[in-house]
Amino acid sequence: MMHFLLLFSRQGKLRLQKWFTPIPEREKKKIVRDMTTMVLGRKPRSCNFLHWKDLKIVYKKYASLYFCCGLDAEENELLALEVLHRYVELLDKYFGNVCELDIIFNFEKAYFILDEFLLGGEVQETSKQVVSRSIEASDMLQETMEEYMSKPAF
Amino acid sequence: MSPSVRLQEMIRVIRGARTQGEERGVIQRECAAIRAQFRQADNGTRSHNLAKLLYVHMLGYPAHFGQMECVRLIASPRYNEKRVGYLGAMMLLDEKQDASLLITNSIKNDLSHSSQYVQSLALCTLACMGSAEMCRDLAPEIDRLLRASNSYIKKKAALCAVHMVRKVPELGELFTPAARSLLSEKNHGVLHGAVVLITELCERNPDTLEQFRKAVPELVLMMKGLVMSGYSPEHNVAGISDPFLQVRILRLLRILGRNNDTASDAMNDLLAQVATNTDSSKTAGSAVLYETVLTVMDIKSESGLRVLAVNILGRFLLNNDRNIRYISMTSLQKIVQTDHNAVQRHRGTIVDCLKDQDASVKRRALELSLALVSAVNIRSLMKELLLFLSSCPPELRAHTTSGIFNAAERYAPSQRWHIDTILHVLTTAGGDVRDETVPNLIQLITTATELHCYTVHKLYRALITDISVQSLVQVACWCIGEYGDLLLRGECEETEPVQVTEDDVLDALETVLQSHMSSPATRGFALTATMKLSTRITHNVDRIRSIVSIYGSCIDVELQQRAVEYNALFKKYDHMRAAVLERMPVIDKSSPGHTNGESAGGTIKELEPTKLTQEIVFPQEPSNQVCDLLDLLGGSGEPFQPSPSLSSTAPGPASSTAGGDLLDLLGGLDVTPAPPSVTVYEKNGVTLKLQTDRQTDTGMTVTITATNSTDGDITGLTLQAAVPKSVQLQMKAPSGDVIPAHGLGQVTQTVLLNNPNKVSLKIRVRVCYTSQSSVCQDTVQIDSFPSTAW
Repeated sequence: MMHFLLLFSRQGKLRLQKWFTPIPEREKKKIVRDMTTMVLGRKPRSCNFLHWKDLKIVYKKYASLYFCCGLDAEENELLALEVLHRYVELLDKYFGNVCELDIIFNFEKAYFILDEFLLGGEVQETSKQVVSRSIEASDMLQETMEEYMSKPAF
Repeated sequence: MSPSVRLQEMIRVIRGARTQGEERGVIQRECAAIRAQFRQADNGTRSHNLAKLLYVHMLGYPAHFGQMECVRLIASPRYNEKRVGYLGAMMLLDEKQDASLLITNSIKNDLSHSSQYVQSLALCTLACMGSAEMCRDLAPEIDRLLRASNSYIKKKAALCAVHMVRKVPELGELFTPAARSLLSEKNHGVLHGAVVLITELCERNPDTLEQFRKAVPELVLMMKGLVMSGYSPEHNVAGISDPFLQVRILRLLRILGRNNDTASDAMNDLLAQVATNTDSSKTAGSAVLYETVLTVMDIKSESGLRVLAVNILGRFLLNNDRNIRYISMTSLQKIVQTDHNAVQRHRGTIVDCLKDQDASVKRRALELSLALVSAVNIRSLMKELLLFLSSCPPELRAHTTSGIFNAAERYAPSQRWHIDTILHVLTTAGGDVRDETVPNLIQLITTATELHCYTVHKLYRALITDISVQSLVQVACWCIGEYGDLLLRGECEETEPVQVTEDDVLDALETVLQSHMSSPATRGFALTATMKLSTRITHNVDRIRSIVSIYGSCIDVELQQRAVEYNALFKKYDHMRAAVLERMPVIDKSSPGHTNGESAGGTIKELEPTKLTQEIVFPQEPSNQVCDLLDLLGGSGEPFQPSPSLSSTAPGPASSTAGGDLLDLLGGLDVTPAPPSVTVYEKNGVTLKLQTDRQTDTGMTVTITATNSTDGDITGLTLQAAVPKSVQLQMKAPSGDVIPAHGLGQVTQTVLLNNPNKVSLKIRVRVCYTSQSSVCQDTVQIDSFPSTAW
């Protein structure tokens, strides 16, 4: 299973963090620091796999963003690369030519898309179209302002 | 103003802050505003405020005051608020917070909500941060959803169940029936979830594993469908149909086939098919192939399939993609012990990867190369490893040097090669070697008596070039101290001799003594070496005496002690000096792992290739193996080939046997003059007669004749013979192996014996034959032969 998924910029600024195991806040910060240092320190044409403690770290750079995930030791690294790629494709489909700014200003949407693709650290849907359709449908559920205010709060 | 713009506005403002302090100020103001908003009544902006808080949290600022707001938002009927609330719960709450328990009820209600998107929110949150308590409470709900819901919810429920099983393993029993039925679904998402769930259940419970082995045919069919199906637009990735599902199925098959022959057989064909049909030009295909290889190596697959798998890994090694090379090497590392020969075939490519730019690939290549070292390839492989050492990254140097030393110790083809290799390592990377290298090398040098001259010349040259590498300097000093006379003699067979005077040598040692680069231990070595030279040189003993006395007041206590003692040796005990300082004896290596062809406690001989001898040559065997050799026939059940050699049985069973009932062959025997032909065996109608004929002083020809008095032919007659240790035996081919019935014919076989040591001759013969369709086997010992002039 995937233990965490991090997105960070070339300067090490965190853009998205998804944790699939319960980890104390301080530990999370340490992991983020370690990941950014390790990944940003890699030479340009290195291989995309690293070892860190007992986890396999798979990372890929897309434009200015690094996508980095931590996996169990028995996971298939090449498939993890495909998972990261699929997530980028989903973001691209939703935002239309996604760039880092889209993810910064619409971070909650990036999370919603991720939650339709991965669940509990595992892939939940292998079809791109199904995931995109689910997100569109959930977005449609978002009430307009009038509907929103007319509904009781509790 | 639409509230969400305010979120984006805030983000813009924060990003516009030019310093950390400014950013902190902005964030503090915003957080205060948010806190105030939380306290107020509902005004439609709660979800946006929480979203803002989550952004601030991602930047690393504390946001715990939003936890209760998450709980409130989750309970709201508005979808927007639920969505953000659940997101906040996943980000801010984890099972350690008390507030997380408060959302259990909301989750429970939402799991039965009419809208599947609300259900999905609850499932997602539960799978992300559900505590053991929550899992136990809500497991029945999940089980219900696994059975009766649409595929959108089923796939999420399956993964939620996976999370629950991870948290509370006992819940596995609850989900097993539902998991089984999910395998017949058509929807890929649900299938994927089902396979993940079953994998998790099988990993945790061996009984469940047994149960699901029955599903192997179903899984095989599923996989076949995926591999052979045509282009499916919905699931296609670079020509592979749903690689995510394929990989998970392969992983499940691996777990089900492990240690189980039936299951492994059932999947053999499929794995071969996947291995040959999958197009690996893109990562998706390579991922599937990789998983296939892992599965093949882990189950009880047939050897052809294993070879195919290793070849796939070999192909991966040549791939341009660095990632694929890397995972190929990690997989090869796992199987190098079990499938050593198969991996050896790819040694060339692996060694090339030592030159790769990438540090991870280099590390893997190094470990694999060290695992592949064998007696056959040691020379060529060591050249590559030494080349690698000169350019390897610093973090790998220590590992490389210790690997090289281990390999050299186990497989060194000659002592000179061994010493050269260690010296090369010390000159290249002397700072990264283990501490025990110095004593090990010294021990090795003392045992290589023929090479003392060569060694001391080489070390002297290294010493005058560079004295910074402490280990090398220590060994050099020791050698010069021990073998300085050889150095001064100025002649050497193995290498170009140096023409040095005693002063030069003493200069070199003194440089080491005085240099600030030398560690205290090194200086100790140098001082002792200088002292030892006092008995090996003739002219400059006074110089040595003065050096030693200077160090008598050295500030280093160890050096001072040594100097004082040596001084005493000069002054009061001069008569003992020569004896004290004479050449050291060969140091015994007490380590048990030394397999370099040496006998216990002795010197390292040149490793001779062990040839199978044509005759049994006994002279070098120690005496306790006499009985063992004769027991070869009693112990081993190998069929005897009718060729003039017993070689195939000789090396193997030559170890200690039970031996209690063995006769003392070298004891005294009464030698009775035997008639030329003696019947030695008579049983079942088969008679063996022995006839001796002395040819030479030590050689004798023995002819064994076999006759058959039964009604049926005796077939498959074979004779085996063994003799005491110092006797040489050669069996000629028999005249046939069928003895006709009724004594109408016979089979003869000639045995040539050579008894150079003239020991008492005994021969033990084993006869095997088939008579009336039953196989018989007997052993007979012949103790007495014609005794004239032995």
